Amino acid sequence: MAELCGIVGIGQTKLAAKRVDVSMPGLVREAADRALLDAGLGWADIDAVVVGKAPDTFEGCMLPELYLADSLGAPGKPLLRVHTAGSVGGSTAIVAASLIQAGIHDRVLTVAYEKQSESNAMWGLTISAPFGVAVVAGAGGFFAPLVRGYIRRSGAPADVGIRVAVKDRLNALKNPYAHLHLKDISHEMVEQSPMLWDPIRLLEACPSSDGACAMVLAREDLAQRAPTPPAWIHATAMRSEPTMFAGRDAINPEAGKMAARDLYAKAGITNPRREIDCAEIYVPFSWFEPMWMENLGFAEEGAGWRMTLEGATALDGDLPVNMSGGVLSSNPIGASGMLRFAEAAMQVRKQAGEHQIEGARRALGHAYGGGSQYFSMWIVGSEKP
Amino acid sequence: MRDVAVLSFAQSTAARETERNEVEILMPVVREVIAASGLERSRIEFTCSGSSDFLQGQPFAFVMALDAVGAWPPIRESHVEQDGAWALYEAWVKIQTGEVDSALVYGFGKSAAGNLGDILAMTLDPYCVTPLWPHADSIAALQARAWIESGKGSERSLAEIAARNRAAARSNPHAIVSGTETVDELLSRPYVASPLRAHDCPANGDGASAIVLAAGDLARSVSKRPAWIRGIDHRVDPAALGVRDLTRCRSAELAAQKAGVARDKIDIAEIYAPYSHEEAILREALGVPDTASVNPSGGALCAHVMMSCGLQRIGEVARRILSGEADRGVAHAAHGPALQQNLVCVLEGD
Amino acid sequence: MVEPVKSIVTPIRLEYDYTPGRATSRFLRGIAQHRILGQECPSCLKVYVPARGSCPRCAVPTEREVDVQDSGTVVTFSIVRVPSENIHFELPYACASILLDGAGIPFFHVLQGLAPEEVRMGMRVKARWVPTEKLGPTIASIECFVPSGEPDAALETYGEHT
Ligand SMILES: [Zn+2]
Repeated sequence: MAELCGIVGIGQTKLAAKRVDVSMPGLVREAADRALLDAGLGWADIDAVVVGKAPDTFEGCMLPELYLADSLGAPGKPLLRVHTAGSVGGSTAIVAASLIQAGIHDRVLTVAYEKQSESNAMWGLTISAPFGVAVVAGAGGFFAPLVRGYIRRSGAPADVGIRVAVKDRLNALKNPYAHLHLKDISHEMVEQSPMLWDPIRLLEACPSSDGACAMVLAREDLAQRAPTPPAWIHATAMRSEPTMFAGRDAINPEAGKMAARDLYAKAGITNPRREIDCAEIYVPFSWFEPMWMENLGFAEEGAGWRMTLEGATALDGDLPVNMSGGVLSSNPIGASGMLRFAEAAMQVRKQAGEHQIEGARRALGHAYGGGSQYFSMWIVGSEKP
Repeated sequence: MRDVAVLSFAQSTAARETERNEVEILMPVVREVIAASGLERSRIEFTCSGSSDFLQGQPFAFVMALDAVGAWPPIRESHVEQDGAWALYEAWVKIQTGEVDSALVYGFGKSAAGNLGDILAMTLDPYCVTPLWPHADSIAALQARAWIESGKGSERSLAEIAARNRAAARSNPHAIVSGTETVDELLSRPYVASPLRAHDCPANGDGASAIVLAAGDLARSVSKRPAWIRGIDHRVDPAALGVRDLTRCRSAELAAQKAGVARDKIDIAEIYAPYSHEEAILREALGVPDTASVNPSGGALCAHVMMSCGLQRIGEVARRILSGEADRGVAHAAHGPALQQNLVCVLEGD
Repeated sequence: MVEPVKSIVTPIRLEYDYTPGRATSRFLRGIAQHRILGQECPSCLKVYVPARGSCPRCAVPTEREVDVQDSGTVVTFSIVRVPSENIHFELPYACASILLDGAGIPFFHVLQGLAPEEVRMGMRVKARWVPTEKLGPTIASIECFVPSGEPDAALETYGEHT
């Protein structure tokens, strides 16, 4: 039987378009130092380090964890490097947790980062093979047709995406770490922002950010002694499916549904909408909120958009979603998944400040990547499972 | 800890795959390793792979590889941007959690699609070293020079290591180079980056390898003689070459100690040493006795498919235990400039 | 106090030999002869275009080659208004997921010959090839897709591919 694992330290950097004030080692160190401080621990207390980030081509550094080993306090310790596309921040936390759950280590530091400003990430995403033609620019070009398909399929009103975009930016105003602080955000402002990848407008898309997130995970007895009560991991799940095959539903992918079912079963949850207090999910384009509400089983298929319209996903709704402002407000790609997982943990530890959900006892963290084909998620709670 | 064993191993290596892409290389390897494992595909509960985007020159290179493994219905899957040996480590950890009992692990890469020696400059300090574009052979040569200057060996020792590996590779159908040269013949050849000559440097190639793992009872139910993983550990050293004693490999010493290499005799050692001097340094670090057969496959000097090569070392040891040829062996994988990161895996038969 | 160095520029140029693979090579050789070749999965009988050598759903190799039409239905699309160094089309332009007649999965290409706001799901389109003497083993041998003038297809005929 697996050991219980608690999150005892959480740290994140200020997320911004360009962090020219720090190098890559400086960036990861900023997050790691904060996580250790939160945990009341020093570098010597850490047994192993698990690093995650999206493609190495984004910064132009191959296997950058090797160069970052010193700044992560890793020399003499095991160092793992995870890469599962956009879901990587979540997968990295899950791999780190498994080192504790397997009884191999007592305390593990996990860090995810992206410093996109050091290279041209849009170019990095659009490299096309010879003999081909680059037809879509960046991730938006890939996901816009899926959004169009969802709108057609669900019959959702055209402004659902705008409402999500406004809600998440309002939430970001309560989060000092968020990249975008759009003080005068409004329905009109999003509606009038340029259409980038029709039907996705500029303000319905995530920004490109530099940033890092770190967590310290610990074995049950050590977690119990943490200065701030830990977030206990109730369940984790990961699933992957191929990018394309005949009959694949890329709008409501089976891998996501399957991971959610597995997650709820492990956590003993039968009614996720009622039993989960808040969710921080990976929404890089606003329409993905209703899409993932369905995929995660919070709403019936075709009805996810109603949750947005009814205000269920707002901070004062029955299932607040993306309390931190989400990916729409900050997107350091490799770290984005871990930021979601960390926000869920912060909520159940009552550390979320102005965006704290009163009485949050059980929270979901979610990430996805590739062509909506890699999913990682966890449920954390203020009490032991 | 749960008992975990290697059930099967398959590999593909070639100097250059000019016809097949990564998926086409991987697919038969995966089919072969699953067929040899005795497990049905549907009984394999976890999949983990290792590869590097920089080898392909394209982001998300590993995503397409999912086509080769049968990821439908969706699978529990993960990927490390490291050698497949670290993917095996992650799979071993997953089995230790009790969540799964079996795993498919693979590593793949096209080390020959680009100029690996130049590409590896991207693994160095991006602000102060990469802009100088040091070639991988030059970085290795710095370490070889330090090793020779320390009095631990000579250029002749390097040639002896190369000659033995090249001779051993003659019986390995997956080797890219092999040879019957004498030590003196090798020493008469020109330097690539002194003190290293071409035969002291890796024969880079394209390929893939795969392993199926299973836990205790499941392994016993399908295999008469599984290759049990009795210890596995990995460690990293500081990045800067200047702060390390390049004549030894501390992270490998530590990993070997944690993996319990010295707990019993060693029949065979497969060491990831793409440069001749690395084999000598690692042999010492791992504590491999003189009686052990070292790199009977010809090693990374004779076939170096980065991201697969470390997993192949584990496979080469496991293969000999599965067949009864050896009882206990140590496999090693490495990453990074001048052996910065090292993994050690001890395997035993019943 | 030393003036901080906030940025350095390191140009990187790495060259790779690209291998499309056997299945894609066959597809590209077909394109050079004005043909669009797919491969049929022996298990689920779906036709993959471009051929990839395997059916990811069934995890079996695909070998049987099948000609598919150069006409098809727009399954979904996006109007792109974001410039990128790698893109050579004039903005804005439509990129579409097109289900070719006879194919089991849609593929991406650019749609031209109409105003972006006129593009719609279900629209029937046809490939516009480069002149015969310029045909080569590259997907660029199909310049783009253009409206074929046929009536729109019903959602049931392509809905599962959105
Ligand atoms: Zn099929």
